[in-house]
Amino acid sequence: MAEMLEIRWHGRGGQGAKTAALLFAEAAAAAGKFIQAFPEYGPERMGAPVISYNRVSEEPITLHSGIESPQYVAVLDPSFVGSVDFTAGVPDGGVIIINTGDTPAEMRNRMGLKNMSIRLCTVDASAIAQDTIGRAIPNTPMLGAIVKATGTLDLETVLVDVESKMKKKFRDKPEIVQGNVDAIRRAYEEVVSE
Amino acid sequence: MSVVKQDPRNSTALTGNEAVAQAMRQIEPDVVAAYPITPQTEIVQIFSTYVSDGLVNTEYVPVESEHSAMSATVGSAASGARSMTATSANGLALMWEILYIASGTRLPIVMPVVNRALSGPINIHCDHSDAMGARDSGWIQLFSENAQEAYDNMFQAVRIAEHPDVRLPAMVCLDGFIISHGMENVFTLEDNAIREFIGDYMIERSLLDVEQPMTLGPLDLQDFYFEHKRAEAEAMVRSKKVIQSIAEEYEKLSGRSYGLFEEYKLDDAEIAIVVLGSTAGTARYTIDQLRAQGIKVGMLKLRVFRPFPFEELKQALAHVNVIGVMDRADSFSSIGGPLFSELRAVMYDSETRPLITNYIYGLGGRDINPRLIEQMVRELADVQEAGRLNQYVNYLGVRE
Repeated sequence: MAEMLEIRWHGRGGQGAKTAALLFAEAAAAAGKFIQAFPEYGPERMGAPVISYNRVSEEPITLHSGIESPQYVAVLDPSFVGSVDFTAGVPDGGVIIINTGDTPAEMRNRMGLKNMSIRLCTVDASAIAQDTIGRAIPNTPMLGAIVKATGTLDLETVLVDVESKMKKKFRDKPEIVQGNVDAIRRAYEEVVSE
Repeated sequence: MSVVKQDPRNSTALTGNEAVAQAMRQIEPDVVAAYPITPQTEIVQIFSTYVSDGLVNTEYVPVESEHSAMSATVGSAASGARSMTATSANGLALMWEILYIASGTRLPIVMPVVNRALSGPINIHCDHSDAMGARDSGWIQLFSENAQEAYDNMFQAVRIAEHPDVRLPAMVCLDGFIISHGMENVFTLEDNAIREFIGDYMIERSLLDVEQPMTLGPLDLQDFYFEHKRAEAEAMVRSKKVIQSIAEEYEKLSGRSYGLFEEYKLDDAEIAIVVLGSTAGTARYTIDQLRAQGIKVGMLKLRVFRPFPFEELKQALAHVNVIGVMDRADSFSSIGGPLFSELRAVMYDSETRPLITNYIYGLGGRDINPRLIEQMVRELADVQEAGRLNQYVNYLGVRE
Protein backbone atom coordinates (compact mmCIF):
# COMPACT_ATOMS: atom_id res chain seq x y z
CA MET A 1 0.00 0.00 0.00
CA ALA A 2 1.43 3.33 -1.03
CA GLU A 3 1.55 6.07 1.54
CA MET A 4 -1.78 7.69 2.23
CA LEU A 5 -2.30 11.16 3.60
CA GLU A 6 -5.08 11.48 6.17
CA ILE A 7 -6.43 14.79 7.45
CA ARG A 8 -9.03 15.61 10.11
CA TRP A 9 -10.81 18.95 10.18
CA HIS A 10 -12.38 20.27 13.40
CA GLY A 11 -14.81 23.13 13.20
CA ARG A 12 -18.11 24.36 14.48
CA GLY A 13 -21.28 24.06 12.43
CA GLY A 14 -21.23 27.04 10.07
CA GLN A 15 -17.45 27.51 9.92
CA GLY A 16 -17.14 25.42 6.79
CA ALA A 17 -15.06 22.44 7.94
CA LYS A 18 -17.02 20.21 5.57
CA THR A 19 -16.58 22.59 2.65
CA ALA A 20 -12.84 22.89 3.35
CA ALA A 21 -12.45 19.11 3.16
CA LEU A 22 -14.47 18.99 -0.07
CA LEU A 23 -12.45 21.84 -1.63
CA PHE A 24 -9.18 20.20 -0.63
CA ALA A 25 -10.33 16.90 -2.17
CA GLU A 26 -11.48 18.55 -5.37
CA ALA A 27 -8.18 20.39 -5.74
CA ALA A 28 -6.23 17.20 -5.05
CA ALA A 29 -8.29 15.28 -7.63
CA ALA A 30 -7.65 18.04 -10.17
CA ALA A 31 -3.94 17.67 -9.41
CA GLY A 32 -4.11 13.96 -10.25
CA LYS A 33 -4.57 12.36 -6.83
CA PHE A 34 -7.02 9.78 -5.60
CA ILE A 35 -9.12 11.38 -2.90
CA GLN A 36 -11.83 11.01 -0.31
CA ALA A 37 -13.64 13.70 1.66
CA PHE A 38 -16.30 12.81 4.17
CA PRO A 39 -17.95 14.49 7.11
CA GLU A 40 -18.83 12.90 10.41
CA TYR A 41 -22.51 13.58 10.83
CA GLY A 42 -23.93 14.04 14.26
CA PRO A 43 -26.78 16.31 15.21
CA GLU A 44 -26.36 19.36 12.96
CA ARG A 45 -26.54 22.61 14.84
CA MET A 46 -24.93 25.94 14.15
CA GLY A 47 -21.97 26.23 16.52
CA ALA A 48 -21.79 22.56 17.52
CA PRO A 49 -18.42 20.81 17.06
CA VAL A 50 -18.21 19.05 13.69
CA ILE A 51 -15.52 16.92 12.08
CA SER A 52 -14.68 16.11 8.49
CA TYR A 53 -11.93 14.07 6.87
CA ASN A 54 -9.70 13.70 3.83
CA ARG A 55 -7.71 10.87 2.38
CA VAL A 56 -5.26 11.55 -0.45
CA SER A 57 -3.20 8.92 -2.24
CA GLU A 58 -1.37 8.14 -5.47
CA GLU A 59 -3.30 4.85 -5.59
CA PRO A 60 -7.06 4.19 -5.66
CA ILE A 61 -8.48 4.37 -2.12
CA THR A 62 -10.81 1.54 -1.15
CA LEU A 63 -11.01 2.09 2.61
CA HIS A 64 -14.44 3.20 3.77
CA SER A 65 -13.81 3.31 7.49
CA GLY A 66 -13.37 6.35 9.69
CA ILE A 67 -9.94 7.94 10.16
CA GLU A 68 -8.45 7.29 13.60
CA SER A 69 -4.82 8.43 13.24
CA PRO A 70 -4.65 11.48 10.96
CA GLN A 71 -1.17 12.83 10.21
CA TYR A 72 -2.67 16.32 9.86
CA VAL A 73 -5.33 18.07 11.90
CA ALA A 74 -6.84 21.46 11.06
CA VAL A 75 -8.56 23.23 13.94
CA LEU A 76 -10.87 25.98 12.73
CA ASP A 77 -11.83 27.16 16.21
CA PRO A 78 -9.22 27.72 18.96
CA SER A 79 -11.96 27.62 21.63
CA PHE A 80 -11.83 23.82 21.33
CA VAL A 81 -8.78 23.87 23.62
CA GLY A 82 -9.92 22.17 26.81
CA SER A 83 -13.27 20.95 25.39
CA VAL A 84 -12.55 18.91 22.25
CA ASP A 85 -9.50 16.64 22.19
CA PHE A 86 -8.33 17.42 18.68
CA THR A 87 -4.98 15.73 19.37
CA ALA A 88 -6.70 12.32 19.66
CA GLY A 89 -5.00 9.65 17.58
CA VAL A 90 -2.42 11.99 16.05
CA PRO A 91 0.75 9.91 15.63
CA ASP A 92 4.30 11.05 16.33
CA GLY A 93 5.38 13.20 13.43
CA GLY A 94 1.82 14.48 13.06
CA VAL A 95 1.01 18.15 12.53
CA ILE A 96 -1.78 20.24 14.07
CA ILE A 97 -2.68 23.56 12.46
CA ILE A 98 -4.74 25.91 14.56
CA ASN A 99 -6.67 29.03 13.63
CA THR A 100 -5.37 31.51 16.20
CA GLY A 101 -3.45 34.76 16.49
CA ASP A 102 -1.19 33.07 19.06
CA THR A 103 2.23 31.65 18.25
CA PRO A 104 2.71 27.87 18.21
CA ALA A 105 4.65 28.13 21.49
CA GLU A 106 1.82 30.02 23.18
CA MET A 107 -0.67 27.50 21.83
CA ARG A 108 1.40 24.54 23.06
CA ASN A 109 1.48 26.11 26.49
CA ARG A 110 -2.27 26.70 26.54
CA MET A 111 -2.94 23.15 25.37
CA GLY A 112 -0.44 21.66 27.81
CA LEU A 113 0.84 19.54 24.90
CA LYS A 114 3.95 17.72 26.07
CA ASN A 115 4.55 15.48 23.07
CA MET A 116 7.28 17.32 21.14
CA SER A 117 6.94 14.81 18.27
CA ILE A 118 3.69 16.50 17.31
CA ARG A 119 4.34 19.77 15.50
CA LEU A 120 2.07 22.77 16.00
CA CYS A 121 1.39 25.44 13.38
CA THR A 122 -0.74 28.53 13.78
CA VAL A 123 -2.36 30.99 11.43
CA ASP A 124 -4.90 33.74 12.14
CA ALA A 125 -7.38 32.39 9.62
CA SER A 126 -10.36 34.29 11.02
CA ALA A 127 -8.52 37.62 10.75
CA ILE A 128 -7.37 36.80 7.22
CA ALA A 129 -10.94 35.89 6.23
CA GLN A 130 -12.25 39.11 7.77
CA ASP A 131 -9.70 41.12 5.74
CA THR A 132 -10.09 39.35 2.42
CA ILE A 133 -13.68 38.07 2.34
CA GLY A 134 -15.26 40.46 4.81
CA ARG A 135 -16.51 37.67 7.06
CA ALA A 136 -14.60 35.67 9.66
CA ILE A 137 -15.27 32.27 8.03
CA PRO A 138 -11.95 30.51 8.54
CA ASN A 139 -12.30 27.53 6.21
CA THR A 140 -10.64 28.73 3.02
CA PRO A 141 -7.63 30.30 4.76
CA MET A 142 -7.22 27.04 6.69
CA LEU A 143 -7.22 25.26 3.35
CA GLY A 144 -4.22 27.41 2.37
CA ALA A 145 -2.48 26.52 5.64
CA ILE A 146 -3.10 22.80 5.07
CA VAL A 147 -1.76 23.02 1.54
CA LYS A 148 1.42 24.58 2.93
CA ALA A 149 1.77 22.12 5.81
CA THR A 150 1.18 18.95 3.79
CA GLY A 151 3.20 20.03 0.78
CA THR A 152 1.37 17.49 -1.40
CA LEU A 153 -0.33 20.02 -3.64
CA ASP A 154 0.94 22.95 -5.62
CA LEU A 155 -0.59 26.21 -4.35
CA GLU A 156 -1.23 27.63 -7.82
CA THR A 157 -3.09 24.45 -8.89
CA VAL A 158 -5.27 24.69 -5.80
CA LEU A 159 -6.02 28.36 -6.43
CA VAL A 160 -7.03 27.70 -10.03
CA ASP A 161 -9.31 24.86 -8.98
CA VAL A 162 -10.93 26.71 -6.07
CA GLU A 163 -11.47 29.76 -8.27
CA SER A 164 -13.21 27.74 -10.97
CA LYS A 165 -15.43 25.92 -8.44
CA MET A 166 -16.34 29.13 -6.65
CA LYS A 167 -17.08 30.98 -9.87
CA LYS A 168 -19.86 28.49 -10.52
CA LYS A 169 -21.26 28.84 -7.02
CA PHE A 170 -20.97 32.62 -6.75
CA ARG A 171 -21.81 33.61 -10.33
CA ASP A 172 -23.06 37.05 -9.24
CA LYS A 173 -20.43 37.77 -6.57
CA PRO A 174 -16.95 37.87 -8.13
CA GLU A 175 -15.61 39.71 -5.05
CA ILE A 176 -16.30 36.63 -2.90
CA VAL A 177 -14.33 34.44 -5.29
CA GLN A 178 -11.36 36.80 -5.31
CA GLY A 179 -11.58 37.21 -1.51
CA ASN A 180 -11.33 33.46 -1.01
CA VAL A 181 -8.44 33.12 -3.43
CA ASP A 182 -6.59 35.91 -1.58
CA ALA A 183 -7.41 34.27 1.76
CA ILE A 184 -5.91 30.95 0.71
CA ARG A 185 -2.75 32.62 -0.58
CA ARG A 186 -2.29 34.76 2.53
CA ALA A 187 -2.77 31.87 4.92
CA TYR A 188 -0.34 29.78 2.87
CA GLU A 189 2.24 32.53 3.30
CA GLU A 190 1.44 33.46 6.92
CA VAL A 191 1.12 30.07 8.60
CA VAL A 192 3.82 29.73 11.28
CA SER A 193 5.36 26.41 12.24
CA GLU A 194 7.26 25.40 15.36
CA MET B 1 -16.26 -3.68 -10.31
CA SER B 2 -12.65 -4.64 -9.91
CA VAL B 3 -10.34 -1.78 -9.01
CA VAL B 4 -8.82 -0.51 -12.22
CA LYS B 5 -6.36 2.31 -11.96
CA GLN B 6 -7.43 5.16 -14.20
CA ASP B 7 -5.79 8.58 -14.35
CA PRO B 8 -7.42 10.65 -11.60
CA ARG B 9 -6.97 13.76 -13.71
CA ASN B 10 -9.81 12.45 -15.86
CA SER B 11 -12.05 12.05 -12.84
CA THR B 12 -14.52 14.37 -11.20
CA ALA B 13 -14.57 14.63 -7.42
CA LEU B 14 -18.16 13.75 -6.56
CA THR B 15 -20.11 12.50 -3.58
CA GLY B 16 -22.23 9.40 -4.11
CA ASN B 17 -25.38 11.52 -4.15
CA GLU B 18 -23.85 13.91 -6.69
CA ALA B 19 -22.80 10.98 -8.86
CA VAL B 20 -26.29 9.48 -8.77
CA ALA B 21 -27.93 12.85 -9.52
CA GLN B 22 -25.49 13.27 -12.41
CA ALA B 23 -26.48 9.81 -13.69
CA MET B 24 -30.14 10.79 -13.48
CA ARG B 25 -29.41 13.93 -15.48
CA GLN B 26 -27.79 11.79 -18.15
CA ILE B 27 -30.65 9.27 -18.13
CA GLU B 28 -33.09 12.18 -18.29
CA PRO B 29 -36.21 10.26 -17.27
CA ASP B 30 -39.58 11.56 -18.46
CA VAL B 31 -40.89 11.73 -14.90
CA VAL B 32 -39.30 11.90 -11.45
CA ALA B 33 -41.63 11.93 -8.44
CA ALA B 34 -39.85 12.14 -5.13
CA TYR B 35 -39.97 13.10 -1.49
CA PRO B 36 -36.82 14.04 0.44
CA ILE B 37 -35.39 11.91 3.24
CA THR B 38 -31.90 11.90 4.74
CA PRO B 39 -29.46 10.73 3.35
CA GLN B 40 -31.17 10.58 -0.08
CA THR B 41 -32.30 14.24 -0.06
CA GLU B 42 -29.39 15.65 -2.07
CA ILE B 43 -30.14 13.36 -5.02
CA VAL B 44 -33.59 14.77 -5.60
CA GLN B 45 -32.56 18.27 -4.56
CA ILE B 46 -29.71 18.35 -7.09
CA PHE B 47 -31.91 16.75 -9.73
CA SER B 48 -34.63 19.35 -9.14
CA THR B 49 -32.08 22.09 -9.88
CA TYR B 50 -31.32 20.35 -13.20
CA VAL B 51 -35.05 20.55 -13.91
CA SER B 52 -35.36 24.21 -12.95
CA ASP B 53 -32.18 25.12 -14.86
CA GLY B 54 -33.61 23.46 -17.96
CA LEU B 55 -30.79 20.89 -18.21
CA VAL B 56 -33.30 18.06 -18.40
CA ASN B 57 -36.71 17.83 -19.94
CA THR B 58 -38.20 15.91 -17.02
CA GLU B 59 -41.54 16.36 -15.34
CA TYR B 60 -40.61 16.70 -11.67
CA VAL B 61 -43.40 15.92 -9.22
CA PRO B 62 -42.71 17.00 -5.62
CA VAL B 63 -45.13 14.75 -3.77
CA GLU B 64 -46.17 14.76 -0.11
CA SER B 65 -44.86 11.34 0.95
CA GLU B 66 -42.96 8.31 -0.29
CA HIS B 67 -46.21 6.38 -0.62
CA SER B 68 -47.26 9.05 -3.09
CA ALA B 69 -43.80 9.14 -4.72
CA MET B 70 -43.99 5.47 -5.59
CA SER B 71 -47.68 5.74 -6.55
CA ALA B 72 -46.99 8.63 -8.94
CA THR B 73 -44.00 6.77 -10.37
CA VAL B 74 -46.15 3.69 -10.94
CA GLY B 75 -48.80 5.79 -12.65
CA SER B 76 -46.37 7.54 -14.96
CA ALA B 77 -44.47 4.33 -15.78
CA ALA B 78 -47.77 2.63 -16.64
CA SER B 79 -48.70 5.51 -18.91
CA GLY B 80 -45.53 4.92 -20.95
CA ALA B 81 -43.03 7.34 -19.39
CA ARG B 82 -39.53 6.41 -18.18
CA SER B 83 -40.00 7.08 -14.49
CA MET B 84 -37.77 7.27 -11.45
CA THR B 85 -37.78 8.13 -7.77
CA ALA B 86 -35.26 7.80 -4.93
CA THR B 87 -35.49 7.12 -1.23
CA SER B 88 -33.95 5.83 2.01
CA ALA B 89 -34.96 3.90 5.14
CA ASN B 90 -38.40 4.84 6.44
CA GLY B 91 -39.22 6.33 3.06
CA LEU B 92 -38.72 2.94 1.47
CA ALA B 93 -40.75 1.36 4.26
CA LEU B 94 -43.61 3.76 3.53
CA MET B 95 -43.46 2.71 -0.14
CA TRP B 96 -43.78 -0.96 0.78
CA GLU B 97 -47.35 -1.43 -0.43
CA ILE B 98 -46.64 0.19 -3.80
CA LEU B 99 -43.29 -1.61 -4.32
CA TYR B 100 -45.26 -4.80 -4.91
CA ILE B 101 -47.65 -3.03 -7.26
CA ALA B 102 -44.69 -1.74 -9.31
CA SER B 103 -43.18 -5.20 -9.67
CA GLY B 104 -46.48 -7.07 -9.97
CA THR B 105 -47.56 -4.69 -12.73
CA ARG B 106 -44.13 -5.23 -14.33
CA LEU B 107 -43.14 -1.58 -14.46
CA PRO B 108 -39.44 -0.93 -15.15
CA ILE B 109 -38.94 1.82 -12.56
CA VAL B 110 -35.38 2.57 -11.42
CA MET B 111 -34.87 3.81 -7.88
CA PRO B 112 -31.64 4.69 -6.07
CA VAL B 113 -31.91 3.57 -2.44
CA VAL B 114 -29.47 5.32 -0.13
CA ASN B 115 -29.22 2.69 2.56
CA ARG B 116 -30.05 3.84 6.05
CA ALA B 117 -31.13 2.11 9.22
CA LEU B 118 -34.85 1.76 9.82
CA SER B 119 -36.24 3.39 12.95
CA GLY B 120 -36.56 2.76 15.83
CA PRO B 121 -34.62 3.83 17.67
CA ILE B 122 -34.35 6.66 15.18
CA ASN B 123 -31.05 6.73 13.34
CA ILE B 124 -30.01 8.35 10.05
CA HIS B 125 -26.86 6.32 9.35
CA CYS B 126 -26.05 3.38 7.16
CA ASP B 127 -27.23 -0.15 7.37
CA HIS B 128 -29.08 -2.40 4.96
CA SER B 129 -32.27 -2.97 6.94
CA ASP B 130 -34.23 -0.81 4.49
CA ALA B 131 -33.23 -2.68 1.32
CA MET B 132 -33.45 -6.05 3.06
CA GLY B 133 -37.01 -5.22 4.07
CA ALA B 134 -37.79 -5.01 0.35
CA ARG B 135 -35.92 -8.14 -0.69
CA ASP B 136 -39.11 -10.12 -1.38
CA SER B 137 -40.88 -7.32 -3.23
CA GLY B 138 -39.95 -8.47 -6.73
CA TRP B 139 -37.42 -5.71 -7.39
CA ILE B 140 -33.97 -6.27 -8.85
CA GLN B 141 -31.41 -5.15 -6.23
CA LEU B 142 -27.92 -3.98 -7.18
CA PHE B 143 -25.47 -2.96 -4.44
CA SER B 144 -22.63 -0.46 -4.94
CA GLU B 145 -19.24 -0.41 -3.24
CA ASN B 146 -18.49 3.23 -3.99
CA ALA B 147 -19.71 6.33 -5.82
CA GLN B 148 -18.34 5.02 -9.12
CA GLU B 149 -20.34 1.82 -8.86
CA ALA B 150 -23.49 3.70 -7.87
CA TYR B 151 -23.05 5.85 -10.97
CA ASP B 152 -22.38 2.87 -13.24
CA ASN B 153 -25.19 0.77 -11.74
CA MET B 154 -27.74 3.48 -12.52
CA PHE B 155 -27.38 3.13 -16.30
CA GLN B 156 -27.23 -0.64 -16.19
CA ALA B 157 -30.34 -0.70 -13.97
CA VAL B 158 -32.31 1.20 -16.61
CA ARG B 159 -31.34 -1.32 -19.27
CA ILE B 160 -32.00 -4.34 -17.02
CA ALA B 161 -35.39 -3.11 -15.81
CA GLU B 162 -36.61 -2.24 -19.30
CA HIS B 163 -35.31 -5.38 -20.99
CA PRO B 164 -38.21 -7.30 -22.60
CA ASP B 165 -37.09 -10.50 -20.85
CA VAL B 166 -37.21 -8.77 -17.48
CA ARG B 167 -39.65 -5.85 -17.16
CA LEU B 168 -39.12 -5.54 -13.42
CA PRO B 169 -38.31 -2.48 -11.30
CA ALA B 170 -34.75 -2.11 -10.01
CA MET B 171 -33.12 -0.58 -6.94
CA VAL B 172 -29.58 0.78 -7.01
CA CYS B 173 -28.36 0.60 -3.41
CA LEU B 174 -25.57 2.78 -2.05
CA ASP B 175 -24.50 3.12 1.57
CA GLY B 176 -25.89 6.15 3.35
CA PHE B 177 -23.35 8.84 4.32
CA ILE B 178 -20.36 6.55 3.76
CA ILE B 179 -20.97 6.71 0.01
CA SER B 180 -23.81 9.19 -0.38
CA HIS B 181 -21.96 11.99 1.42
CA GLY B 182 -18.38 10.85 0.82
CA MET B 183 -16.52 12.50 -2.05
CA GLU B 184 -14.43 10.26 -4.30
CA ASN B 185 -12.94 10.28 -7.80
CA VAL B 186 -15.69 9.36 -10.24
CA PHE B 187 -15.01 8.68 -13.90
CA THR B 188 -18.08 9.91 -15.72
CA LEU B 189 -19.14 9.15 -19.27
CA GLU B 190 -20.20 11.54 -22.02
CA ASP B 191 -23.90 12.38 -22.26
CA ASN B 192 -24.05 11.09 -25.83
CA ALA B 193 -22.50 7.76 -24.92
CA ILE B 194 -25.06 7.31 -22.13
CA ARG B 195 -27.94 8.29 -24.38
CA GLU B 196 -26.83 5.71 -26.90
CA PHE B 197 -26.32 3.05 -24.23
CA ILE B 198 -29.72 3.41 -22.59
CA GLY B 199 -31.67 4.15 -25.79
CA ASP B 200 -35.29 5.25 -25.97
CA TYR B 201 -37.89 4.00 -23.57
CA MET B 202 -39.77 1.40 -25.55
CA ILE B 203 -42.44 -0.64 -23.86
CA GLU B 204 -44.75 -2.55 -26.11
CA ARG B 205 -47.95 -1.34 -24.52
CA SER B 206 -48.93 1.48 -22.22
CA LEU B 207 -52.03 3.23 -20.92
CA LEU B 208 -51.64 6.19 -23.25
CA ASP B 209 -51.30 3.99 -26.31
CA VAL B 210 -54.72 4.81 -27.80
CA GLU B 211 -54.20 2.43 -30.72
CA GLN B 212 -54.11 -0.52 -28.32
CA PRO B 213 -56.39 0.35 -25.40
CA MET B 214 -55.72 -1.70 -22.29
CA THR B 215 -56.55 -1.97 -18.63
CA LEU B 216 -53.72 -2.05 -16.15
CA GLY B 217 -53.91 -3.30 -12.60
CA PRO B 218 -57.42 -4.75 -12.60
CA LEU B 219 -58.72 -7.28 -10.11
CA ASP B 220 -56.85 -10.54 -10.59
CA LEU B 221 -58.38 -13.29 -8.50
CA GLN B 222 -58.13 -17.07 -8.31
CA ASP B 223 -58.24 -17.29 -12.08
CA PHE B 224 -54.96 -15.56 -13.03
CA TYR B 225 -53.10 -14.04 -10.06
CA PHE B 226 -51.01 -17.17 -9.62
CA GLU B 227 -50.00 -17.25 -13.31
CA HIS B 228 -48.96 -13.60 -13.11
CA LYS B 229 -46.85 -14.26 -10.04
CA ARG B 230 -45.33 -17.31 -11.71
CA ALA B 231 -44.41 -15.13 -14.69
CA GLU B 232 -42.89 -12.55 -12.35
CA ALA B 233 -40.75 -15.23 -10.71
CA GLU B 234 -39.61 -16.38 -14.14
CA ALA B 235 -38.70 -12.83 -15.15
CA MET B 236 -36.47 -12.63 -12.07
CA VAL B 237 -34.79 -15.90 -13.10
CA ARG B 238 -34.23 -14.57 -16.64
CA SER B 239 -32.86 -11.27 -15.36
CA LYS B 240 -29.61 -12.94 -14.29
CA LYS B 241 -28.47 -13.47 -17.89
CA VAL B 242 -29.65 -10.00 -18.87
CA ILE B 243 -27.68 -8.43 -16.01
CA GLN B 244 -24.54 -10.21 -17.22
CA SER B 245 -24.94 -9.33 -20.88
CA ILE B 246 -25.65 -5.67 -20.08
CA ALA B 247 -22.57 -5.63 -17.84
CA GLU B 248 -20.50 -6.85 -20.79
CA GLU B 249 -21.94 -4.16 -23.01
CA TYR B 250 -21.24 -1.55 -20.34
CA GLU B 251 -17.66 -2.73 -20.01
CA LYS B 252 -17.11 -2.03 -23.69
CA LEU B 253 -18.38 1.49 -23.12
CA SER B 254 -16.68 2.29 -19.82
CA GLY B 255 -13.76 -0.13 -19.46
CA ARG B 256 -15.16 -1.13 -16.06
CA SER B 257 -16.24 -4.70 -15.59
CA TYR B 258 -19.25 -5.80 -13.59
CA GLY B 259 -20.92 -9.12 -12.97
CA LEU B 260 -23.19 -10.81 -10.49
CA PHE B 261 -20.40 -10.54 -7.95
CA GLU B 262 -16.72 -9.75 -7.78
CA GLU B 263 -14.08 -12.14 -6.49
CA TYR B 264 -11.04 -10.66 -4.79
CA LYS B 265 -8.08 -12.96 -4.09
CA LEU B 266 -10.60 -15.78 -3.83
CA ASP B 267 -8.91 -18.27 -6.20
CA ASP B 268 -6.57 -19.79 -3.64
CA ALA B 269 -8.37 -18.58 -0.52
CA GLU B 270 -9.10 -20.90 2.39
CA ILE B 271 -11.21 -18.30 4.15
CA ALA B 272 -13.82 -16.23 2.30
CA ILE B 273 -15.58 -13.06 3.34
CA VAL B 274 -18.93 -12.42 1.63
CA VAL B 275 -20.08 -8.83 1.79
CA LEU B 276 -22.35 -6.17 0.25
CA GLY B 277 -21.70 -2.47 -0.30
CA SER B 278 -19.01 -0.08 0.90
CA THR B 279 -17.51 -2.50 3.44
CA ALA B 280 -16.10 -4.47 0.50
CA GLY B 281 -13.56 -1.67 0.00
CA THR B 282 -12.40 -1.83 3.61
CA ALA B 283 -12.30 -5.65 3.39
CA ARG B 284 -10.14 -5.40 0.26
CA TYR B 285 -7.61 -3.27 2.15
CA THR B 286 -7.63 -5.63 5.13
CA ILE B 287 -7.23 -8.71 2.92
CA ASP B 288 -4.10 -7.18 1.36
CA GLN B 289 -2.62 -6.73 4.83
CA LEU B 290 -3.54 -10.23 6.01
CA ARG B 291 -2.27 -11.83 2.80
CA ALA B 292 1.09 -10.18 3.49
CA GLN B 293 1.09 -12.12 6.78
CA GLY B 294 0.39 -15.37 4.92
CA ILE B 295 -3.31 -15.70 5.79
CA LYS B 296 -5.15 -17.12 2.80
CA VAL B 297 -8.23 -14.94 2.85
CA GLY B 298 -10.29 -13.65 -0.06
CA MET B 299 -13.54 -11.88 -0.68
CA LEU B 300 -16.71 -12.33 -2.64
CA LYS B 301 -18.49 -9.01 -3.02
CA LEU B 302 -22.08 -9.56 -4.03
CA ARG B 303 -23.36 -6.94 -6.45
CA VAL B 304 -26.68 -8.57 -7.33
CA PHE B 305 -28.74 -9.57 -4.31
CA ARG B 306 -31.95 -9.94 -6.35
CA PRO B 307 -31.95 -12.18 -8.26
CA PHE B 308 -29.84 -14.23 -5.83
CA PRO B 309 -27.20 -15.88 -8.05
CA PHE B 310 -27.20 -19.17 -6.18
CA GLU B 311 -25.54 -21.45 -8.74
CA GLU B 312 -22.65 -19.08 -9.36
CA LEU B 313 -22.19 -18.46 -5.64
CA LYS B 314 -22.12 -22.16 -4.87
CA GLN B 315 -19.46 -22.69 -7.48
CA ALA B 316 -17.33 -19.67 -6.54
CA LEU B 317 -17.22 -20.64 -2.87
CA ALA B 318 -16.97 -24.44 -3.20
CA HIS B 319 -13.19 -24.56 -2.66
CA VAL B 320 -12.93 -22.57 0.57
CA ASN B 321 -12.92 -24.09 4.05
CA VAL B 322 -14.70 -21.32 5.94
CA ILE B 323 -17.09 -18.56 4.87
CA GLY B 324 -17.80 -15.49 6.98
CA VAL B 325 -20.98 -13.82 5.74
CA MET B 326 -21.24 -10.15 6.65
CA ASP B 327 -24.76 -8.80 7.11
CA ARG B 328 -25.42 -5.11 7.69
CA ALA B 329 -28.95 -5.98 8.79
CA ASP B 330 -30.43 -8.41 11.28
CA SER B 331 -33.52 -10.35 10.38
CA PHE B 332 -34.38 -11.16 14.01
CA SER B 333 -35.03 -14.72 12.95
CA SER B 334 -32.59 -15.82 15.69
CA ILE B 335 -30.46 -17.43 13.00
CA GLY B 336 -28.71 -14.44 11.50
CA GLY B 337 -29.07 -11.89 8.74
CA PRO B 338 -30.69 -12.28 5.32
CA LEU B 339 -27.50 -12.75 3.28
CA PHE B 340 -26.35 -15.47 5.70
CA SER B 341 -29.64 -17.40 5.61
CA GLU B 342 -29.73 -17.42 1.83
CA LEU B 343 -26.08 -18.24 1.30
CA ARG B 344 -26.18 -20.99 3.89
CA ALA B 345 -29.18 -22.50 2.10
CA VAL B 346 -27.25 -22.38 -1.18
CA MET B 347 -24.24 -24.15 0.31
CA TYR B 348 -26.38 -26.92 1.80
CA ASP B 349 -26.10 -29.04 -1.32
CA SER B 350 -22.52 -28.11 -2.09
CA GLU B 351 -20.44 -31.27 -2.08
CA THR B 352 -17.65 -29.58 -0.16
CA ARG B 353 -19.90 -27.95 2.46
CA PRO B 354 -17.64 -25.17 3.72
CA LEU B 355 -18.22 -24.07 7.31
CA ILE B 356 -20.34 -20.95 7.16
CA THR B 357 -20.92 -18.40 9.86
CA ASN B 358 -22.56 -15.00 10.12
CA TYR B 359 -21.18 -11.62 11.20
CA ILE B 360 -23.76 -8.93 11.77
CA TYR B 361 -21.98 -5.56 11.80
CA GLY B 362 -22.31 -1.83 11.30
CA LEU B 363 -25.95 -1.42 12.32
CA GLY B 364 -27.00 2.22 12.49
CA GLY B 365 -23.72 3.35 10.93
CA ARG B 366 -21.35 1.77 13.49
CA ASP B 367 -17.90 2.11 11.92
CA ILE B 368 -16.49 -1.05 10.38
CA ASN B 369 -12.72 -0.78 10.10
CA PRO B 370 -9.75 -2.99 9.19
CA ARG B 371 -9.20 -3.87 12.85
CA LEU B 372 -12.69 -5.39 13.15
CA ILE B 373 -12.42 -7.21 9.83
CA GLU B 374 -9.07 -8.61 10.90
CA GLN B 375 -10.62 -9.79 14.18
CA MET B 376 -13.33 -11.56 12.17
CA VAL B 377 -10.80 -13.21 9.85
CA ARG B 378 -8.74 -14.42 12.82
CA GLU B 379 -11.89 -15.95 14.33
CA LEU B 380 -12.63 -17.61 10.98
CA ALA B 381 -9.08 -18.98 10.96
CA ASP B 382 -9.78 -20.49 14.41
CA VAL B 383 -12.95 -22.07 13.02
CA GLN B 384 -10.90 -23.53 10.19
CA GLU B 385 -8.34 -24.87 12.63
CA ALA B 386 -11.01 -26.44 14.86
CA GLY B 387 -12.97 -27.75 11.88
CA ARG B 388 -16.28 -26.76 13.43
CA LEU B 389 -18.37 -23.72 14.26
CA ASN B 390 -18.87 -22.35 17.75
CA GLN B 391 -21.95 -20.41 16.76
CA TYR B 392 -23.90 -19.42 13.69
CA VAL B 393 -24.27 -15.75 14.47
CA ASN B 394 -21.63 -13.29 15.66
CA TYR B 395 -22.09 -9.58 16.28
CA LEU B 396 -19.03 -7.64 15.18
CA GLY B 397 -18.10 -4.34 16.83
CA VAL B 398 -20.94 -4.23 19.34
CA ARG B 399 -20.69 -3.66 23.10
CA GLU B 400 -22.10 -6.74 24.80
